[in-house]
Amino acid sequence: MGIVSVRRVSQVFFFAWFLWFCLVSSLGEQYWQLRGWPVNWFLQLDPLAALASLLASGSLYSGMAWAVLTIALTAVLGRFFCSWLCPFGAMHHFLGWLATRRLSARQQMQKNQPHAAQAIKYYLLLGLLAAAGAQTLHRLAGLPLSLGGAAGWLSLLALLTALAALTVRRLWPQPRQALAAGLATLALLLGLCLWTSPGEVIGASLQSGLLDPIPLVQRSVNLILLPALDAAAGKLWVAARHYQGAWLIALVFGAALLLNFKVPRFYCRFICPLGALLGLVGHWALWRVGRREAQCKGCQPCATRCEGACDPFRHLRQSECVLCMNCLDTCRDGQMTYQTSRSAAGEVPLPDLSRRGVILSLVSGVVAVPALRLGGLVGPNWSPALIRPPGALGEEQFVERCLKCGQCMRVCPTNVLQPTGLERGLEALWTPSLNMRIGTSGCQLNCVACGQICPTAAIRPITLEEKRGQGAYANAGPLRLGTAFVDRGRCLPWAMDRPCIVCQENCPVSPKAIVTREQYSVLARGKVTGRQSDTLSLAGAALIPGRLGTGDYFLQPMSGDAAARRRIRENGADNVNLLPGGAWSPAEGEAVEVVVRLQQPQIDPSRCIGCGVCEHECPVSGQRAIRVSAENESRSPKRSLLL
Amino acid sequence: MSEDKPDLIAPAPAQPAEPGMDRRDFLRRALGAGLTVAAAGALGWGLYDPKGPSAAGLAQAPVKLGDYSIKSQAGKMAVVRASQRVPALQAGLKALGGLESFIHKGDRVLIKVNAGFATPPNLGATTNPELLGELIKQCLSAGAQRVVVTDNPINDPQSCFALTGIGQATQAAGGVLMPPLERHFHPTTVEGGRLIRDWPVLYGPFEGVTKVIGLCPVKDHHRSGASMTMKNWYGLLGGRRNIFHQDIHTIIAELAMLVRPTLVILDGVVSMISNGPTGGSPDDLKATGTLILSTDQVAADALGATLLGKTPADLPFIGNAATRGLGSSDWRSLNPQEVSLLDQGASAWA
Repeated sequence: MGIVSVRRVSQVFFFAWFLWFCLVSSLGEQYWQLRGWPVNWFLQLDPLAALASLLASGSLYSGMAWAVLTIALTAVLGRFFCSWLCPFGAMHHFLGWLATRRLSARQQMQKNQPHAAQAIKYYLLLGLLAAAGAQTLHRLAGLPLSLGGAAGWLSLLALLTALAALTVRRLWPQPRQALAAGLATLALLLGLCLWTSPGEVIGASLQSGLLDPIPLVQRSVNLILLPALDAAAGKLWVAARHYQGAWLIALVFGAALLLNFKVPRFYCRFICPLGALLGLVGHWALWRVGRREAQCKGCQPCATRCEGACDPFRHLRQSECVLCMNCLDTCRDGQMTYQTSRSAAGEVPLPDLSRRGVILSLVSGVVAVPALRLGGLVGPNWSPALIRPPGALGEEQFVERCLKCGQCMRVCPTNVLQPTGLERGLEALWTPSLNMRIGTSGCQLNCVACGQICPTAAIRPITLEEKRGQGAYANAGPLRLGTAFVDRGRCLPWAMDRPCIVCQENCPVSPKAIVTREQYSVLARGKVTGRQSDTLSLAGAALIPGRLGTGDYFLQPMSGDAAARRRIRENGADNVNLLPGGAWSPAEGEAVEVVVRLQQPQIDPSRCIGCGVCEHECPVSGQRAIRVSAENESRSPKRSLLL
Repeated sequence: MSEDKPDLIAPAPAQPAEPGMDRRDFLRRALGAGLTVAAAGALGWGLYDPKGPSAAGLAQAPVKLGDYSIKSQAGKMAVVRASQRVPALQAGLKALGGLESFIHKGDRVLIKVNAGFATPPNLGATTNPELLGELIKQCLSAGAQRVVVTDNPINDPQSCFALTGIGQATQAAGGVLMPPLERHFHPTTVEGGRLIRDWPVLYGPFEGVTKVIGLCPVKDHHRSGASMTMKNWYGLLGGRRNIFHQDIHTIIAELAMLVRPTLVILDGVVSMISNGPTGGSPDDLKATGTLILSTDQVAADALGATLLGKTPADLPFIGNAATRGLGSSDWRSLNPQEVSLLDQGASAWA
């Protein structure tokens, strides 16, 4: 079996694992359900997700440490990830093959020529990392360093310095220029560090997930492919899954896939910021693809199937080589090989990055955060409609960690957890929030699945005890996502004299956070004109026959005396029959009132946890008469409601 | 990056076409045009819709739930005082002459449980899984060919069946759990009813079923006063069923018209006496030591009400159902078989 066949087996193998992990992220105890499968493994292997969240949040959370392995292997082997492991890469690889398989060798070669636009992904990477790292220097300046922490930070610093030095060396080839540029950058950074103070506006924002291929493909398969397939098959869920704003996720996913018909691996070559990061790391690789001899026959079939468009025939673009090994397979002369020495025909370590481009993308990244934040959506203009899942960090910390991978929305058993749309700002795009109108129920009381799956602890892995405020958390009380508010203008018992209280019935906390206020509302008045035991003839009250016999309607004297009130058993258009018993017996000629007994719901904000079951169940099905908003959510002390 | 563009313009013919008529070419084109005209005409004629959609939309064919009661067993009731559910069920069935008098060989049984909330069984908001398991086993040993367990819960169905233990108990006892899939719902109308008209019900699990048993706990319910055997059928409704809470006492009576069960079993061994119907805390429960089995769901609820410290008169839906001839609100008139498994033997309901 040739190396290319081995690569194909590896791609299919890891792609299948990826799909399997997406499939088994369902709650349950069956083997095909979530019971210990490492469903976050691909996200954890993703060094961009790890590095960006590390820069933004200052910590390498739990399983994200797997990314170190990817970095290490890339530093030794090159960009193996892209052609051997990446599930998104496998999709592009396959579609690119599909699109070009009928083309002549010459046309294929044209499609796989290096292109100046391959530099774009590096700019995107730098911009995204700059946005994530805007606060890192501050963190370094103020960090109480432990030994382990110091070692970690120093190595990160060393890695970044090395990458920066490399960039600087390429951009400013003359040593004096490079030194000046380096010093200027250092001064600028130190100045930024000393004279600005981080806060709500100047901060870090983790936006790499918008384009990072692993979160992108995870989100797309979780929120688009699986729900669409299961809508037809009906195997995974009892009710069809819905995801708000799914069209935009589908559009990005679909466009990324279809662009393969323009250029094979379009996304990998021009956009993928993870590919750029791996290219930077991998261009030092100990083993690399290259030519044995400076001269060859010049037949060029090596360039026909080159996945990375890295020009193996001429000067091999080392950072662009994705180790597809096609050139080894197609070279008729055994010239192409995977070896420890550089390509005999010469190499280009990195694409042409322009000085201006690099500065522009770094500055754009740093400036993007205040630009995004000046709208105040993380600060005073926070959206009360943005209900974060239980255990979510405060908003500033949350956007430093959320990868927008959609794992929480995939695992949520009720489907209430939704990708936030653009209406809450670009920063919140595709981050999880609750939409009580979607799904089978609000946030279920006895569930902490989202925090358990979250790969970066943007949603903390809370226990049921912490969520419910039991045991060790009894003093803290239950976690609140927000507070429900009754809209008295829409609520049936408040606005329309109709009994209801579905919300109170479904409130899952004990004692209930929805209490009711008893109210008797007058529906009609009349005069008793005749009487036969418990059946009274009424004049002046036009009644709908049969409607008052439901148990909710009463007759009372005009005084409204509660003790005298008697329940109506049945009625005609001008008569009512009362249930026997009762202290009051209306006399002929007496004026009486027909009243309805209402229980009007009221929220006890000290008990309400904002789970939204009431909103989900409210029979006012459009704009609900009881709605949860984020006031009083546990994660933001500034948004507390009560004294 | 350059790319080979396919030639969009056909090369010019070597010789310009002759002006004038080419008969063969004309006939070919005439045939093509004629077929196109004919196809367009046929399509328009065949699919022409002069009216447009009606206001009612495309109605599904209505379904009707059968009458699963056994005439010779009408008005039977057994009341067991006990602190353990499984022995209570065994004793109660024995007092009614054994489950064999209700379930015969080859019967397909549907058990409607209350799986409404995703809470663990010890909180008593849902049908007790041990009791359910025992009932399924008894049905199977009475000769039932198939025992289906179903409900359309309020919380997420999969979570409900998992957390309440109902899913596992069903599987372990050899029953078949049927979750409320969208395709299982069909519209039905209750004859003589006012509310259940052309309303979707969970019909799928009822297909081919010959016997129906309702199995649910006694629970406090703020709106209706109590949730017992008749209210348990609420879990068969689909759609935005919550609007029926505006007239809760009528809908419960109509539910008793919708389903004529073979048997109902009301679990008041432990009752939820406050914060119903969700509960949420063991403090909301009280040991009331009573299991009620009856072929008369109205009578079962009438007795169940007393476990919550209420009288049948406090619950208008009981009167509503009795008035409709669905059963008796005076449970004593059925002369129930009374069994006590407690040492003291004192009957608390007397």
